[in-house]
Amino acid sequence: MAEILDILASATFWAAVIRIAAPLIFATLGELLCERAGVLNLGIEGIMVAGAFAGWFAVWSGTSLWQGVAVAFAVGMTFGLLHALLTVPFGLSQHVVGLGVTLLATAAAYYTYRLALPQVTTPPRIEPFLPLAVPGLSDLPLVGPALFAQTPLTYAAFATALAVALVLARTPLGLALRAAGENPTAVEAQGLSVTALRIGAVMAGSGLMAVGGAFLTLSAFNGFFFEMVNGRGWICIALVVFGAWAPGKAVLGALLFAAFDALQIRLQQTALGAALPYQIFLMLPFALSILALVMMSRRATVPAALMVPYRKGER
Amino acid sequence: MRLEPIATPSVARLVGLPAAAIGATLAVGAGLVLAAGGAPLAVFGLIIEGAAGSRFALLETLNRATPLIFTGLAVAVAFRARLWNIGAEAQLYLGALAAVVLGTGALAGWPAAALTVVLAAAAMAAGALALLFPALLKTRLGVDEVVTTLLLNFVVLLFVSMLLEGPLKDPRAMGWPQSARLLPEARLPRIVEGLRLHWGFALALIAAVLVWLVQTRTTFGYEMRAVGLNSRAAAYAGIPVGRVIAKTALLSGGLAALAGYSEVAGLRGNLTLALSPGFGYTGIIVAMLALLNPLGVVAAAIFVAGIFVGADSMSRAAGVPSYIADILLATALLAMVLALMFTRFRLSRG
Repeated sequence: MAEILDILASATFWAAVIRIAAPLIFATLGELLCERAGVLNLGIEGIMVAGAFAGWFAVWSGTSLWQGVAVAFAVGMTFGLLHALLTVPFGLSQHVVGLGVTLLATAAAYYTYRLALPQVTTPPRIEPFLPLAVPGLSDLPLVGPALFAQTPLTYAAFATALAVALVLARTPLGLALRAAGENPTAVEAQGLSVTALRIGAVMAGSGLMAVGGAFLTLSAFNGFFFEMVNGRGWICIALVVFGAWAPGKAVLGALLFAAFDALQIRLQQTALGAALPYQIFLMLPFALSILALVMMSRRATVPAALMVPYRKGER
Repeated sequence: MRLEPIATPSVARLVGLPAAAIGATLAVGAGLVLAAGGAPLAVFGLIIEGAAGSRFALLETLNRATPLIFTGLAVAVAFRARLWNIGAEAQLYLGALAAVVLGTGALAGWPAAALTVVLAAAAMAAGALALLFPALLKTRLGVDEVVTTLLLNFVVLLFVSMLLEGPLKDPRAMGWPQSARLLPEARLPRIVEGLRLHWGFALALIAAVLVWLVQTRTTFGYEMRAVGLNSRAAAYAGIPVGRVIAKTALLSGGLAALAGYSEVAGLRGNLTLALSPGFGYTGIIVAMLALLNPLGVVAAAIFVAGIFVGADSMSRAAGVPSYIADILLATALLAMVLALMFTRFRLSRG
């Protein structure tokens, strides 16, 4: 117990929580946008891989870090467009298309990586985003180093969450997007196109997922390696449910999840960690996600038209 | 622009559109090969040769197809009832785990026939229970099974890894995380002595026929389809939807587990974390390409296995990364579901 308290009282722990949460926040917001508009995007895992690769590959080829983020976003939007075209106007199964996009995006990233670097065993490194201390605030005890000495892309994750929350809740576009996921017929009656809204939401959401992936290669680490996304996409789908499809709650969910993840990493180095197999600790994030889904199942407010293809004139 | 159902699709549509999907896949493949600086026709030739160009290659393809038939069947029966089982990978490993727990010495002295039956049954039970849990969460609490089965894949793989580095570790394996070998009498023999193909392949074919019979000739099969087509209507018609989904889960999980059993007992002899390079996930592609038809699964599994085996062999010879196989399959899957939709609908203005 004393060990856990020690961990919770350290600034490095809370800094790690924020760092672990940031990519999940990007990708969870992306999935949330898709689902609020009525489209389940199981392409998330593959799109994160593609984003992680594309961002890193751009920077490694000579672009700036922010240009790398932009490239990742564009690649994410492209896979989002593919997903949206197949599921929205053509109404194909969102499960099948999503899994197909995950496989396609993952394989495309790996294929390109092998083409560009046929013989490497250790992936080439890039100079990643460096921590940017906010003057004044970063000197505060505990919260200073945890909250205000992060990389710019980390701050961007929280800014994006704020932006997504504001757009969804306070703008006509957000209202139309939410309506597309709840009552598409009403949207059409307003003279708006459900198809266009859903395609736009899936593209923007997929772009955010890819930025979440790029966070791993450009901010959390400094290179691309296979299996680096390692199920984070699936966890983000669970986080959307846990957050009851609301951006604020989803961010809280991501932070809570990151806290458990950071805690298990540190517990592995304690006496308890020495006594238990390390796999137990690695299982925790996945087991907790399942537990969270079960806990939230009774109170879930699923968008009414989620996974229901919209066909004009049909009821 | 809207989709309009076609009452009687023309033959040209029924044949032409799937052919166009295959054409599009080949075009994507050609682009990838060109990007790698290769010659598309020569590379395609090498893939076909590597998959079916010799007796060795063909048997290798059938060996690789064996677990894919099982996982493809597992996905096909589940998806038919709209139970989205993305956890075949976990069920496969649990089946393999059950086989090595019982087959490496616990039942020493039993006759080979009894060992085979007990191991296969234990594997099926392990996989069946592994899918029953998310299925019950779905029917009782409304928890989406796509996410739970996906997340359970990671939990189960870590669990297997823990056992392989702990109680199940072979003390003679020089620190390598692998289980002890199955008793010789617990192994599935080869169909023809001297050739690598084992009885797991025959078992997979039998399973496909049995699943087909269950789906087309039994009440349970009818109930599964009814639940998949419209669960509310099925419930209204008096079908116990929850129980049908639970039974489907047991069948699907058991089939996926047989993939793990057959890989351990037929091919490898022990359990490592390299047992499956994603057979559970590839089963989804197999099932979709087969249009969820159990007999089609056999053909689709052999086709998909051929692409993988052929691409591996091509990659060594031509230097095009073997990940081309995954891209081709993903493209084929997406192009095919789109093409099949357009055999039933046409685009019209308005």
